[in-house]
Amino acid sequence: MSFKIAASPHAHQRRTTQQVMRWVYMALIPGLLVQSYFFGLGVWVQMLLALGTAWLSEAACMALRGRSVSQAWQDHTAVVTALLLAISIPSLAPWWIIVIGTAFSVIVVKHVYGGVGQNLFNPAMAGYVLLLISFPVQMTAWPVPQELALYSISLSDTAQLIFTGFSNAGYNLEQLRLGIDGVTMATPLDSLRTDLAQALTVSEATNKAMFSSALGGIGWAWLNLAFLLGGLVLIKVRVISWHIPAGMLLGLLVPALFMSWFYPDQSVGPLLHALSGATMLGAFFIATDPVTAATSNRGRLYFGLLIGLLVFIIRTWGGYPDAVAFAVLLANMVVPVIDKYTQPIAYGHGGKL
Amino acid sequence: MSIPITLIEQGQIWSFPGGIHPPQRKQLSNTTPIATLPLASEFYLPLRQHAGEPGELLVSVGDHVLKGQAVSAPGLNNALPVHAPTSGTIIAIEARPIAHPSGLADTVVVLSADGLDQAAQPQPHSLSSDRTQLIDALRQAGIAGLGGAGFPTAQKLALQRPLEYLIINGVECEPYISADDRLMREYADEILRGTEILMHISGAAKALIALEDNKPDAIDAFKRVLPKYPAMSLRVVPTKYPSGGEKQLIQLLTGHQVPSRGLPSDIGLLMHNVGTAYAVHQAIDLGLPLTQRVVTVTGENVSKPGNYWVPLGTPVAHLLAHAGFKPEQAQKVIMGGPMMGFTLGNLQVPVVKITNCLLVPGAQELSPPADEMPCIRCGACADVCPAQLLPQQLQWLAKANDYDGLNKQNLFDCIECGACAYVCPSEIPLVHYYRKAKAEIREIAREKSKSEVARERFEARKQRLEREKQERLERHRLAAEARQQAQQQAVEQGAPNPNDAVQAAIARAKARKAAQAAAAEQAAAAEPQDDNP
Repeated sequence: MSFKIAASPHAHQRRTTQQVMRWVYMALIPGLLVQSYFFGLGVWVQMLLALGTAWLSEAACMALRGRSVSQAWQDHTAVVTALLLAISIPSLAPWWIIVIGTAFSVIVVKHVYGGVGQNLFNPAMAGYVLLLISFPVQMTAWPVPQELALYSISLSDTAQLIFTGFSNAGYNLEQLRLGIDGVTMATPLDSLRTDLAQALTVSEATNKAMFSSALGGIGWAWLNLAFLLGGLVLIKVRVISWHIPAGMLLGLLVPALFMSWFYPDQSVGPLLHALSGATMLGAFFIATDPVTAATSNRGRLYFGLLIGLLVFIIRTWGGYPDAVAFAVLLANMVVPVIDKYTQPIAYGHGGKL
Repeated sequence: MSIPITLIEQGQIWSFPGGIHPPQRKQLSNTTPIATLPLASEFYLPLRQHAGEPGELLVSVGDHVLKGQAVSAPGLNNALPVHAPTSGTIIAIEARPIAHPSGLADTVVVLSADGLDQAAQPQPHSLSSDRTQLIDALRQAGIAGLGGAGFPTAQKLALQRPLEYLIINGVECEPYISADDRLMREYADEILRGTEILMHISGAAKALIALEDNKPDAIDAFKRVLPKYPAMSLRVVPTKYPSGGEKQLIQLLTGHQVPSRGLPSDIGLLMHNVGTAYAVHQAIDLGLPLTQRVVTVTGENVSKPGNYWVPLGTPVAHLLAHAGFKPEQAQKVIMGGPMMGFTLGNLQVPVVKITNCLLVPGAQELSPPADEMPCIRCGACADVCPAQLLPQQLQWLAKANDYDGLNKQNLFDCIECGACAYVCPSEIPLVHYYRKAKAEIREIAREKSKSEVARERFEARKQRLEREKQERLERHRLAAEARQQAQQQAVEQGAPNPNDAVQAAIARAKARKAAQAAAAEQAAAAEPQDDNP
């Protein structure tokens, strides 16, 4: 009888890449529920479109590269990319937006660089930036939180809007984005930016219906809290380490705190920074993509700090109201340098304990 | 850099980075006392069971040997001898497969047991003998590190370095294995007596007995006998793999690291395994060479898991059969533990000095690894690496055969504990890549030194030929000069000058030529007379 030969170790902890990815999208659920509650069911349609595009693109790429398609589907990394991109874009954007974005993320950002584990840039965020630069109108047309909206949008309206551009009653997206005051609504960060640029003070700028919630922008604050909750679960189950989210929040909030000390009237306070836009989604779900982040824990902290600081700078002085995507991509570029200078000192090479 | 004696004396325990907590599964084997194995009918004694060269053979086919009789001697290599585990006849000395990951064959003495188990006369030693005599006694007893590395104990003790502490390693952090655990529970006094001997030989004034907190019975056993040995103290470290690695245990007990490519003695420490300490006691106090050891036999596919006193050389098949082994499809037989052990392809290999465990897991128990997936740079491997390396970086470099890069990333500081591969979500066999890269780098270094030697030889030969040519020319020149001088001397002493003879010959030739010319002229003058009749 012959016996099986294998290399040590013979024991393995059973947590596969698929399980890691499954945790990531399970942790997105609270955020998805809050998003559907405030901004309608469009996000689910976008997710279906994104998933379909991602699977097809991945299959095409793997087939072209002569690799196993089922193996690529098994690791579920494309699922996470698709879901993150679908959550990031305005939920009533036309269908071709998410299709172009997802296809670009998977084909160019992931597979052209060599597939899973080889990409330099965060696929979802590179796709997002492509869309933001190419289609700025569609990409900034966030729907109005439903409690502030003039018209309510049903599920069939949602599908009609995404696929044809008009609701059942014949309204287009711009008309539907009117608030109860009859003014087209921007996101809280966008509105604040515009108002501050027009020399209004923060207290004047936030004296609007969309800021009537105690925490910040209506809808957006709860959305961020829901992503925070999901993110904390990921840390608890050790799918991500705390270093990147903590670094990013510190990098964003500490400068925001200083600014609001010195210029209370002209700067967005730390609370609004923390609970607006893609802050929490970015900190816990996007920046923590292991492939494109720094690898040592110290490196991860610096990587997070850099992203937070860049978000703060772009939100405060840059040309875009939110900046998580740009900040993440810029930090991705710095990862090799961070990795080089944060390498732990190996045992016996004179490191301190 | 000296270790912080005061803190160590206060019993402080430091920590080391990384590490994992795999399922222990020691209860399978550690609940019953160490059992004795019935003798096998044949024993296979590889001449090399330790780290180093084999000794010189002392027996030949047909010889009858007694239990404890040496079948090989240290010889010129200062190697460790091997002893007969029982009495019997040598029936063959041949190349046979040995317990090694390669599965390759090596020289093995085959002993057919006579079943009488007659022992040779033991020769105890007294601690009052000379230090070198005691070290030699340990070498003659064939004692190698029983923790797994198999480094000759005598060689470790022979280093003349000032030592602060002798550390006795009873950590046994690898899952499943309980051989040291049972030994400590049942022979705590003997282990400490061996420790006392090791302290005496090495010159260490104090000893630390280290074990993990998952062995409460062994801790109690030591606590009962420790009052007899005031220079020794107990250190209990938290359960974490690989706390029992020499470097990691030193970091846990002293807060200091052994310098890269250095030895523990560089920072005043010496470490021996509890099994080694027991064997030292046996060799010195009782005069018994190392012919048996405790082996854990465990896993779901043996019906009688437990620990056994196994005579060295016992075939694995005999031991497993006795423990109720029921192999399944694609059965793995692992020598060692699930983290660092290696699989056996052939069960006729013998138990040797470094064999601490035989693990025969069920397919569900240690399921075979899934297919290797691409690395997603998650960094889980770096988080658990006790050597603070970057396993994923090493993996990329190893796959790219970037040997310089691997050296820069300190590949050779990897202790191959397997923690990285254990946690890898992509199931990349990381350690396997490192072993392969290490072997290739060693091979390249060997090739390089070989070609270096060849080049030096070629150069030397060229120089020698050139030198010989110069010498030959010089010799000829000197000979010519000597001849000339001799001639000159001879001429001065009145011998005919050979130059005169030459001159004379030249003059003769000239005269002859002149005579011929004159004769021709005469003939020319006479001719017209002939024409005028």
